[in-house]
Parts: sequence; structure tokens; C-alpha cells
Amino acid sequence: MSTAITSKSLSEIIGSFSAAEFPEATASRQQAIRILESKGLPAGKNEEYRFTPITRAVENVFTWKTQNTPTEITSIDPFLIEGLDANVLVFVNGKFSQSLSKIISPENEINVKSLREAFDKDRELVDSYFNKLVSPETDSFAALNTAFWQDGLLVHVPANTVVEKPLLLLHISDAANAQVVAHTRLLAIIEAGSKLSIVEKFDTTGEQASLHTFTEEIEIKENAALEYCKIQNDSGKAYQVINTNIRQADSSRVDTFTLTLNGQIIRNNFAITIAGEKCESHFNGLYMLTGNTLGDNHTVVDHQKPNSFSNEMYKGVLDGNSKGVFNGKIFVRPNAQKTNAFQSNRNIALSSNAAINTKPQLEIWADDVKCSHGCTIGQLDEEAMFYLQSRGIDKSTAQAMMLYAFTAETLNTISNETVKHYVDSLISERLHKNF
Amino acid sequence: MLSIKNLQAKIGDKQILNGINLEVKPGEVHAIMGPNGSGKSTLASVLAGREEFEVTGGEVVYNGKDLLEFSPEDRAREGVFLAFQYPVEIPGVSTINFMKTAVNQIRKYRGQETLDAVSFLGLMKEKMKLVEIDQSLLNRSLNEGFSGGEKKRNEIFQMAMLEPKLSILDETDSGLDIDALKIVAGGVNKLRSSNNSTIVVTHYQRLLEYIVPDFVHVLYKGKIVKSGGKELALELEAKGYDWIKDEVAVA
Amino acid sequence: MSKDNQLLEELTSREYEHGWNVALETDSAPKGLNEDIVKFISERKNEPEWMLEWRLKAFRLWSKMTEPKWPNVTYPAINYQDIIYYSAPKQSAKPKNLEDVDPELIKTFEKLGISLTEQKRLTGVAVDAVIDSVSVATTFKEKLGELGIIFCSFSEAVREHPELIKKYLGSVVPMSDNYFAALNSAVFSDGSFCYIPKGVRCPMELSTYFRINAANTGQFERTLIVAEEGSYVSYLEGCTAPMRDENQLHAAVVEIYAMKDSHVKYSTVQNWYPGDKEGKGGIYNFVTKRALCAGDNSKVSWTQVETGSAITWKYPSCVLKGDNSSGEFYSVAVTNNMQQADTGTKMIHIGKNTKSRIVSKGISAGKSQNSYRGQVHIMKRAEGSRNFSQCDSLLMGDQCGAHTFPYIDVENSSSKVEHEATTSKIGEDQIFYCQQRGIDEESAVALIVNGYAKEVLNQLPMEFAVEAQKLLALTLEGSVG
Repeated sequence: MSTAITSKSLSEIIGSFSAAEFPEATASRQQAIRILESKGLPAGKNEEYRFTPITRAVENVFTWKTQNTPTEITSIDPFLIEGLDANVLVFVNGKFSQSLSKIISPENEINVKSLREAFDKDRELVDSYFNKLVSPETDSFAALNTAFWQDGLLVHVPANTVVEKPLLLLHISDAANAQVVAHTRLLAIIEAGSKLSIVEKFDTTGEQASLHTFTEEIEIKENAALEYCKIQNDSGKAYQVINTNIRQADSSRVDTFTLTLNGQIIRNNFAITIAGEKCESHFNGLYMLTGNTLGDNHTVVDHQKPNSFSNEMYKGVLDGNSKGVFNGKIFVRPNAQKTNAFQSNRNIALSSNAAINTKPQLEIWADDVKCSHGCTIGQLDEEAMFYLQSRGIDKSTAQAMMLYAFTAETLNTISNETVKHYVDSLISERLHKNF
Repeated sequence: MLSIKNLQAKIGDKQILNGINLEVKPGEVHAIMGPNGSGKSTLASVLAGREEFEVTGGEVVYNGKDLLEFSPEDRAREGVFLAFQYPVEIPGVSTINFMKTAVNQIRKYRGQETLDAVSFLGLMKEKMKLVEIDQSLLNRSLNEGFSGGEKKRNEIFQMAMLEPKLSILDETDSGLDIDALKIVAGGVNKLRSSNNSTIVVTHYQRLLEYIVPDFVHVLYKGKIVKSGGKELALELEAKGYDWIKDEVAVA
Repeated sequence: MSKDNQLLEELTSREYEHGWNVALETDSAPKGLNEDIVKFISERKNEPEWMLEWRLKAFRLWSKMTEPKWPNVTYPAINYQDIIYYSAPKQSAKPKNLEDVDPELIKTFEKLGISLTEQKRLTGVAVDAVIDSVSVATTFKEKLGELGIIFCSFSEAVREHPELIKKYLGSVVPMSDNYFAALNSAVFSDGSFCYIPKGVRCPMELSTYFRINAANTGQFERTLIVAEEGSYVSYLEGCTAPMRDENQLHAAVVEIYAMKDSHVKYSTVQNWYPGDKEGKGGIYNFVTKRALCAGDNSKVSWTQVETGSAITWKYPSCVLKGDNSSGEFYSVAVTNNMQQADTGTKMIHIGKNTKSRIVSKGISAGKSQNSYRGQVHIMKRAEGSRNFSQCDSLLMGDQCGAHTFPYIDVENSSSKVEHEATTSKIGEDQIFYCQQRGIDEESAVALIVNGYAKEVLNQLPMEFAVEAQKLLALTLEGSVG
């Protein structure tokens, strides 16, 4: 990895970051800064960022000192999901807003608080789980985030508890007056036998550019379950690097859905460590890009124990000058026998200026396993298009219908009907508006 | 030919065969019937030497030799043939190539000269007629993409090729329509002689209309609980298995 | 299980069949590499000045390059000054015909099952035999000459056909392409040159047989195939080496230049010494193979059966420049014991309506690591292009690894790419089925593996295919755990 963050810009960041204001986790912050100093941010030759020049863009676009941008946002109504009865947790420009947030689940169901507050009040949890799943060594943006996170969220679900209402995380960048640079965290622990649903939304207002790094650590204990839905429908000047790290214990289950619709450069590093036996993981993703958006999903499924099942399905529709990047790694470690791991990545290119770079990657060290990946890049089936047209449907409607059908199965991992309906409406809107 | 005494076997921790006794003489056809889960297919697998099953007691003497001492391939070379309930697919290996390898390894074991391509093909053509199987099927990868009927016909074709002394047909009728069943049964009947024996494992009486057995045994909970002539099969067909279960319960 | 282990033990300890070495008298360069060595090689081969200049340029480039570290293989650092870069069996003079060839040499090749005596060949295969650094014999030259086909050693081509060599040498694999290509360009000692004139269909298989014999020697051969418009040739390459405790470096370059409507098939059965069970010794096989489909409708097919070498690093590739040109890559790579292979292909689609097909079958056993690495790149102007890739891995035993690294980059919306990969083991039910028909376990594994690899083996010319099947069985018998 070559150094692309200069010591000058790094010292600018350190300078703009008041250590006195953020005393939490000093040791991990310092360690992350050391990693940044030695590694820098990933440059063009870095294998993991080969097609995603976010470092160059970030260095050209942002003045690092702007991270504590003031905000005038007083209402979150425009960012809510209509009809969704949820616990709402709001971050504006990297800061947790107590006043805009609203927790409706009873206290014995879930413990939610600002991560900075948790450093005070839930020290034991923080000490056991904070910065354990994320590795600043492997991703420099995770290092950047670990060094300079402003605030975050602690979510703790006690054992054998089903949290009825989902958690809606709103990440709002108010870039009306100035650029926004925000670094936030999520630390979630779902104890044995419990169930939680998380919905994350990212929105920017205003015309200035925003950069958001978000690092999530989610522990799913024995027999616990997580449903996770991420909606990235941000402004055309938004840059995001999201590191999501999930660890599963025995017999746990994960269902995830990641929707990427808009933004300048959106990079998701999504890693599931299957550290228990008999786990089930379904993770789907859909990127429907247009304009100059670059959407990059890097996923890792690491089977460390026997007898688990994982199924990954990411689909992409690319129009305009957009670019879709997919990298899916499946690791099956030596003792992870009887693993079933499947992955598929299917893409449709609609515009001759769109580009797709995909790299499905299997690394298997156990013999008694069933693993496969499939990957396609192509167009809509002409036969089917013709069939629809021959029944009197015009070409653009036929195309929208076909694309809708193509994307539909990725929504299978969402069980909340309101969320599903919302996602569905976003997809429909995109299909009619842009394709 | 075959003498099974007090045979017991288990898979994992599960005891499945609980003391089977069976005598099969040359030229005889025995039908083993029984409800699902009674151990019919396990008996077939144990006789063929499938490793997952552990023999925990009893003995099996085949033509004066201890059958259980042999490896699966040596059992085949000694003349034991199992027609699989679910014939296995092997991509890229044609049935012809597969059979040529098998025939020649068996011939070697028996101290016979191996067949060259010409005489092998001659033998194959002759046997193909018996089971009305098409050569194009045999050129394809073994069982890959075969219909249920084609797979079973291929089993009987292989049986014809290997000329076994003891054939065990494991649920050969499952998944067959009536025409395919007739063809398969016809093949089996043509191969019957006073020197070889057949064990037909089946759930239904239907197959036994075409392969008429000399003896019918009812297997239940890993034991033969009733034996009789071919009329026993008809009785089972008419009355189902419940009366057998009741009889066992009373006893 | 214990029975299987025993079987595994027995078979993995099997000796490498071609591990003998022959006491041939050699003429060698001193160890090490510098400009003087490059001059020494050029001088020994009586090369013209331009050739030496080309080599020196490559050497200077190489001196500034660093060894690639990205392959998924590990090995101790190579000391490039500890290698002998030129070694030739001593012969009084270059043989005019086979009668003049040292009988020891002929015996060497007969031992490998390759007869250099033309009348003994049953089928028409012309052979160029390369031992250590030089070509020792080329058969059927005259017969091919009648059709205008040039098939000779590379050294001879440099002397006899300088205009062709000057034009095409480095035109597909430039000397600066990569570290090992640069090294080869500086020190290559011999190899084969093949030229098929316009409209000629080469009536026999052309074949080069490589053998490393001398100790401490690197082998750096170079093959150049030029297929003129509308021509066809099928080319075979085979290789073996003696068993030696030290690792030996083999860094070859193969260039294929295919013009309009031409078709070139290149098949390799690679059986270099893989090292012993503990991973001691064996060949480092770092090879650059590339074809340029320069003309419209040209077609190049690579077929490889890789069973040997301690480490294999090679990606036979096709640059599909001509419209409607097509490239194919069929590969079986088997690794056992401590072997490591990182192999695959690149299909670079530049021309319109270009097609490529990749079928890769990896088989890992023992403690080996087997990686498929491939790239399909469809450039913007390559409209209407197609690729289909199938990459399967078979694992035998729980101590080996199988890795798949496919890079797929598409820059237009009228092309179609399909990639599929699966990983599996040989089913116990498959083995049992074979056993029930009287086939022993070893033969069952051989049968199943050959079936698994059939799509690739089918691409090989008949007699090569038989050889390859035997080799697969030999490398893997009993490895199932």
C-alpha cells in the first residue's frame, strides 16, 4: 500500500481534531493514527481500491478541518420512512442528536445510548466489545474512523428478548453552508436468543460535498438474529466509506439488504465472520446507479466453523456514466467442514458509458464443503423484451418491468412490510425516473 | 448361495438391523418387503459393503466365504451386484468407459483375460438388447441428466454386463412408470437362471407381478417378522402393513 | 479413514517417473548474471549484433525491475546470482542430421518416450527437442519446408530468418512486460520458432519437448509462433526434469502472433519435477505465454495440463484485437503434496464481437495450494463481445486449499459475460458406486478425476490426451481422504 495521505494532511486532521474534546478511547485512537501514518489511505494501486479512487477524490475535494460543521436542522420528517413505527436515532454531521432521537421500545427490551455516553455508563460492554471486530490494519478508512470518530451508538439487547420495533438510524449530513466530514460508529450486541432489526438511512441536504465514514461492529450471540437494511440514496456529492463487521455465534441468523442508489462514491466494506456452528446468513445487495455515481460493494464471508450456511446475492443495474464495483470473498477455513456457501453477482448494463468491475473470490481450505459463485454481466433478455412488446407494452415500460423483476428477489431478506414497501417505492421511482 | 445369520447393523448411534436371518439358494428369487424405515435399504447396503453402516453382530456367508470380510469392490468381483435405489451421477465418465473399467477389473480378479475394445463392444451390444437401452445413452456421462427410468434401465444393463451370482435390487421400481417397469422387469427375468439368485427389495407388490418371487419376507423394525410365498405379497397389497405391525405388537 | 491414509501415504511417496538424469558432458556458463554472461550466451550462439543489443537492453531493464509478489504462492527468495544461465550438451558440431546427434541424447529422449527417429513415429508429429539450454534436434524439417513452413530451433531462426525474428520477437510479450519476461529476453538460450505461411494448414502436430538435465541450471526458452492469414497449426509442448534437491528456475516466454482468419492451437502437458513430499526441490515454473489475435476472425486456443513443478505461475492469455477474433483457455491444474500453483488466463477483448471461453479445472490434494487467477476485460470498443468462464475446484483431503480470483471488467453495455465457479470434493457415494461395480478405490478416483477434467482433456490431440490422463491418475491416485 502506498502512502496517499500526506503527513501534511494527516497533521491537518490531527490538528482539527481536538483531543481534549474527544477523550474516549485514547489508546485505540492513537494506535489508529500510527497505522494511518505508516500506511496512509489506499492509493490507486491498492488491490482493494483498484477501481475506487476515493482517496484521490477525498484529497481533492475536502479540506480536512471542516468536520464539525454547524447545522440548522430542526426536523427529521423529510428523512423518515412513512408509516414505520421505529426507534429513531439521529446523527447530524457526525454528532448524536438526543433531541431529534426518539426511543419507543421499553427499557428492558433494549439499551440504546450515545457511544460517548456509553464510555461513561456502560464501560464493561465497551471494554469487551469496542474496536474488537474492526481492523484498522486491513482498511485505512476504518483506521481513519477509529482515530477520529466523533460519536456513535451503543445498542445492547439483553438475552432472550425480541425487540419489537426496529431501530432506524438516520445519518444526516447538513451541507447547506459548508462541507461536512463526519466519522461515526455503531456498536451493537445482541445477546443470546434475542432478535433485532436495524434500518440505516443516509441523507445529505445542501449543495456542498460530504464525507462520511461509518464503522459498525455487531455481535450476534447464540441463537440470536439480526435483520439489517441499509439505504444509500444520498446526494450526488456524498462520499461514504462504511465498514460493517458482523460476528455470528452458534445457531445465529443474519439477514441483510444493502440498497445503493445515489451518491458520488459509495464504498461498503461488509464483513461477516461466522464464528459459530449452524449459523445461517443471507445477505443481499442491490445497486441501481446512474449519473456519475460509483457504487462499490466489497464483501467478506469468513466461515471459521463447521456446518454453517451462507448465501450472498448482489445485483446491479448500471446506467449513465455510473460504475459498479463488486468484490465478494468467501473464505472457508480448514476446520469449517460441511459449509455451504453460495454467492451470485448479476449485473445489467444499460448504458455504453457504464462500467462494471467484479471479482468474486473463493478461498477454500476445507474439502467437505459445497461452495459456488456465479457472476454475469449482460443485458435484458431480448426475447422477453420482444414478448412484452408484442403484447402491446411500450419499450420503456417493458424495460422497467423486466428490471423490476430482475431486482425483486434481492428484497427477500427484508421481512418488515413497511420497510419493504419503502424500498420497493424507491426502486420503482428509480425505474421510472431514470431508466 | 447366501446365508445371513442374526445380522445386526447400525449407522451412527442408530441401530437399524436387529438380527436378520435369511437363506437364499441358487436360482431363487426372494422379495424383501416392509414399511418405510424398516431397514430394507440398509440390508441391501450392508450386503454391498457401504462403509457408513457398522455391522455390530451376526454373519453373512456367501458361497462359503465370509462376505463381510470383503471390500466393496471384491464383493462385486465375487458376484454380488447392487442395483441402486438412487444411481449416482459421475460427470464426464461415460457408461461405456465405466463398464469397460469394471468388466476388466473383475476379469482380472477372476484370472481371466481382459477384453479389448472390439470384444467389449460386442458384449455390450448383446446386453443392450436385453434391457432395450440405446447406445446414445451409454455414450453420455454416467446417469447425468438421465430420467428415473433411464437410470434404472442403466442399472439393469450393468447387471447384465457383470453377470452377477447374487443380484440385490434396491427399490428398483421406485420412480418408474408402468412401461419402464415392464422393460426393467423383463431384463431381470431374462437374466434369471438356476445358477444365480435375486433379492428384490421393494415397498409395493407391483414389481412382483413382473418379477415373481419364490419367497416373500416382511421386514419390520430391523427384523424379518413374516415369511411366505408370493401370495404374502398380495395379502400385503390388499391389507397394507398395519396388520403386520399389530401382529408384532401382540407378540 | 486409516486405510485411506495408508493409501495416500503409499501413493504420495511414489517416485517421480522422469527423475533420472543422464551424465551428459556440458558446456556451461559460470554461475551468475551480468552483461558478460549475456554476451557469453550471445557469443556461444553466434548471434548477430542486433540480437545481442536486444538482450542487453532487456538485461538493463530487468536489473531495474522487482520480482512480482502478488501471486498466491510462497517460496524462499531466489538468488539470481546462484544460477547457471547457459548449459549445453557438448557436441562436436551442430548436427546436420539425426545420425550426427549424440546417441546419449537420443537415448535420453527415448527414455522419455519421444523418438527423434522420424520413421519410428507412427503419427505425424514433428519434434523440436530442447535439452537444458539448446535445441538438439528437429524432425520432419524437410517435409514441412515443402509447404513453406518454418519449424526450427530459435537459434537457427535468428541466423536464418532474421527479418522474421526482428519483426515478431517481443511483439506480443514485450521485454518490459514483467520481471520474468525481461529475464528471459536477456538470457534465453533456445526454443522453437514456427512460421506458417498464408493459407497453409500444417499437416502434422508440431511439438517441442523440453528437458532440464544439468544441475543448478535455469532454463529460459523462447517460443515464437507466427500464423499468417488463413493458416492453421496445432502445437504441443511437453517438459520434464530430473529430481534434484535444489529448486531450479524455468522462466519461458511463448509468443503467438495470429493474423486474419488463422487458427493456432497450443497444448501443454507440464510435468516438471514437483519436488519431494516435504517440498524439497522442484522446478519454479514462471512462464509468460500470450497470443495476439491481431487479425479479424483469428482464433487461438490454449490447452494446458499442469501436473508438475513445485511452483507454477503462468497465465496463457489472448489479446483479442481483431474483430470477431476468439480466444480459448482450457486448463487442468493438479497439485499434490507441497506444490503451489497460481495459474489462469487473461482475455483482453479489444475488437468488436470478440469471443472468449475459459474452462479451468483445479484439483488440489495433499498439502498443496491451487489458485485460479483470471481476468476478462472487455474494453469500450469491444462491442458485442462474449465471455463464458467455468472455474471448478476439486479438493482431496482436508489439508489443501483451492482459491479462485476472477477479475471481470466490462466497459460497454452490449457485451455479455458469464462466470461460474464451484468447489466440491469427490463424493463418497460416487466412489462406492464404482466399487460396487468391482472397480477399486484408486481406479475409481482416477476415473472420476478424468471425468471431471474431460472437457479440457478432450481439447488435447489424441496421443497427448492419453498421456495426460495417465499423468493425472499417477499424480492423484489414492489422494482421496
